[in-house]
Amino acid sequence: MAGTQSLVNELVTKLKKRKVEGSQATALLTAELLRSVISQMKVPQTSQAATLIEAIKSVGEQLIAANPVELAVGNIVRRVLHIIREEDFSIATNALGGLMSSACDDNKDTGEQKDFQVQTVAAFAPGRTLRPLHCMPFLTAHVLLKAYFSRSNKMSSKSSIHYKVVLRLVCNGMLSLAAADRNTKSWKLKHDVIEAVNELIEDINNCYEQIAERAVELIHQNEVILTFGRSRTVREFLCAAKDKRRSFQVFVAEGAPKYQGHALAKDLVARGLQTTVITDSAVFAMISRVNMVVVGVHAVMANGGVIGPVGLNMVALAARKHAVPFVVVAGTHKLCPLYPQNPAVLQNEMRCPSELLQFGEFSDCMDFSVGSGTPLLNVVNPAFDYVPPELVSLFITDIRFESAKENHLLKGVPPSIPWVLLSRLSGFSMPLPDGNGMGAHDWIWSSEYDIQSLPEKSKTHPTITQ
Amino acid sequence: MGRGAVAASSSLPGGLGLDNAAVKSAASSVPASGLTTVSVVNNLPIGISEKGGGVAVEMQNDLSTRSKSLKEKTTKAERRALQEAQRAAKAATKAEGGKTPAAASGAVASVNAKSGKSVKPPPSQKMDSATVAASEKKGGDRPPEKDRKKEVPQPRMQYDDKSRVEKAKRRAVVKQRDARNRVELFRHLPQYERGNQLSELESKFFELDPMHPAVYKVGLQYLSGDICGGNARCIAMLQAFQEAIKDYSTPPEKTLARDLTAKIGSYVSFLIECRPFQSAWGMQSDKVIVKHAVTKISDGDVLLTYGSSSAVEMVLLHAHELGKQFRVVVVDSRPKLEGQLLLRRLVGKGINCTYTHVNAISYIMHEVTRVFLGASSVLSNGTVYSRVGSACVAMVAHAFRVPVLVCCEAYKFHERVQLDSICSNELGDPEVISKVRGREDINFLDGSANSENLQLLNLIYDATPSDYVSMIITDYGMVPPTSVPVIVREYRREHLWI
Repeated sequence: MAGTQSLVNELVTKLKKRKVEGSQATALLTAELLRSVISQMKVPQTSQAATLIEAIKSVGEQLIAANPVELAVGNIVRRVLHIIREEDFSIATNALGGLMSSACDDNKDTGEQKDFQVQTVAAFAPGRTLRPLHCMPFLTAHVLLKAYFSRSNKMSSKSSIHYKVVLRLVCNGMLSLAAADRNTKSWKLKHDVIEAVNELIEDINNCYEQIAERAVELIHQNEVILTFGRSRTVREFLCAAKDKRRSFQVFVAEGAPKYQGHALAKDLVARGLQTTVITDSAVFAMISRVNMVVVGVHAVMANGGVIGPVGLNMVALAARKHAVPFVVVAGTHKLCPLYPQNPAVLQNEMRCPSELLQFGEFSDCMDFSVGSGTPLLNVVNPAFDYVPPELVSLFITDIRFESAKENHLLKGVPPSIPWVLLSRLSGFSMPLPDGNGMGAHDWIWSSEYDIQSLPEKSKTHPTITQ
Repeated sequence: MGRGAVAASSSLPGGLGLDNAAVKSAASSVPASGLTTVSVVNNLPIGISEKGGGVAVEMQNDLSTRSKSLKEKTTKAERRALQEAQRAAKAATKAEGGKTPAAASGAVASVNAKSGKSVKPPPSQKMDSATVAASEKKGGDRPPEKDRKKEVPQPRMQYDDKSRVEKAKRRAVVKQRDARNRVELFRHLPQYERGNQLSELESKFFELDPMHPAVYKVGLQYLSGDICGGNARCIAMLQAFQEAIKDYSTPPEKTLARDLTAKIGSYVSFLIECRPFQSAWGMQSDKVIVKHAVTKISDGDVLLTYGSSSAVEMVLLHAHELGKQFRVVVVDSRPKLEGQLLLRRLVGKGINCTYTHVNAISYIMHEVTRVFLGASSVLSNGTVYSRVGSACVAMVAHAFRVPVLVCCEAYKFHERVQLDSICSNELGDPEVISKVRGREDINFLDGSANSENLQLLNLIYDATPSDYVSMIITDYGMVPPTSVPVIVREYRREHLWI
């Protein structure tokens, strides 16, 4: 444990000193750190999932406190927690599934068997708690079977008897399973979780590819595209379209005070794209000739608003004025379940004033404040900007959906959807503001509610007033 | 800049034969009096010749407010009669064998030799100013189509029209070159070429002997962008003219008024070549604006201003002198960073200031109660043509429901109409885009400056749509942007010589 603590401290220091730039790098570092925490942890025989979750939570809190503005940290921690819960849950479900198939082999075909699996997930979703399943085998089995039999829609007297028999069987089976399966499960859970975290890291690394695939659908010949600041995702997105022989023009707003637009322009020029660098102030002048604005962001909030480099709101407003689509490309590690109204998010980060004014030149002006107490000259240099969801036309993320029903999401996501994605990714769903004044910190970790438990309307029209 | 001109004057002999005040009064009371010129006018009835002289002077001088004292109104009918008379006169003189131009003085002739290589101005003149000098040669009888042209605002020079550019080049003193990496969208605008232009102009110094050194100096300053802001440019120009007039002595066989206006006309054309696309020239007092604007500042206000506007600065300083308690947010942007100069002056006067860049405008707009903007010109559809970035500021202010007040002298009102910032704009030095002043660590573009895929675009102006502007504060009071054409129409005859 001491070894992991030093690793944690190292990352905490890095975050505090703002040595890590960019949400992708942060996400990767966080995921790797959590993986090593999990792998070095000794899990007890009972309630391993709970132990893991507790450990990850405590590490996560330290990391988040180190740099609350870097929302990717919290996102990754939540994703890892979700992975643990999912793995734990799937182990239990597999065990149950095996039991059920042996118990009801005689009259159920495989199609319904699958159906049952889905039902199990549905039944458990609202009550997915931190406690491992086998702690209450009877209750679990009861709930599962209730769901299963109500599904097969008639509770005739015959099936009622059948039900009781099966229930007894299952209970016996689960109790024995709880006792006998511990040895095999102890390594299996940890192993599965680490596998899943590896996949997560892989996803973060490759999110560009998934997003870049959409470029050809959106960028056409002879278009003029405006981008702002620097984003690796945007670069890959544009280059993907270029590789498909689309010739188009890119305007890059330089993105003061970091001027990373220059770096992006250099990369794009090296890849053979027609690139024009403009100052940020010229965005409004140019936007009337632009066909599409493509930007990378710092984080995507639950309401569909985005947090981006300072100046992004200005670009979005100009795009809205001229009815130019404002497209946000973001890897899933940037999806954040917080709302911009949250005090944890409202705080912006102030960068060094010397980026705007040279102290040497203005040292004499600073002296005016001496005596009166309050300084006459203030310099404001914020790092981030919030763009409200109504200014965003489209999100492009790297999510793959198995279900055909959600295929429309593949092409990009309208701004009201991010939290639906989130509920899939991190088991998080929108907390219901019930007037009890749920503290921000409570519901950062909350996973008690789920999409299934919400009224039908709220699934399609997620609003904050729900 | 102004100081430079004054210094130049003091080094020159003070009065070359003529008393300064006398020259000034003579120049400003030009109308009608002594305009009996060489051969043409003799053929005309007296009354018409007087009017004709007045019109001609008005046209030559139209860019400077010196002609403000020309109050006589020529109706259309009168003018048409005049044109007819001139046409007849011209026919007559041609019949005589075209002796007219021979009488021109040496100075004027040499100007024409230079600027008018293609002697005849092409029928559809684009750069009217360049031909002021050329047409001067003809004395009183200017071509009638020229007169008609004056009444409608002229279409701009389109720099992607090759034949016209060639023609303009032949005429021009300052050579425009094809820039290396021009932005496709802005082909129609003259491309920025810093070093070449200067050396070119310097080498021409001795050829341009009729050009007064003070005027030449201002021209150079315009070229290099040392003089910034419409008002500063106007003052510099007027001071240079003052110098030129001081040193002026009437050539023996010419009347003062005619020769002097010819000279001034050639100076103006020179300056315009140095700095094309100035839609506003002239000078008015800002006092009225300040008086109006101060009523809009109350205690506890947070005022936001962008860049550095001389009118806004005067408003702020005056309000501070009146003892109003307010705070100023100075918003600035690359590459000019003019706001820093304004910031220094305001802080020096003891005004509480906050400084930020245009990117942080959404962040700072929450606390702002009024936005004060300057303007380079206000076009007749209410569009405010101003320093690039003003439109962004106005847009964000509009989104945050903060009133936007534009302080602008009425001489900057223009009857032209513009819908976006692309049709007409000015391109600045692209090099300053890749170099960030004071941030040597930003050097990403150092290596790739020569790549043909990379273009750097440095726009100077942008156009703010009128719906973002709450009010325009001008010499005639506070008006909504929709009233601009009214002011242009009503006051044009008296004060505006655009």
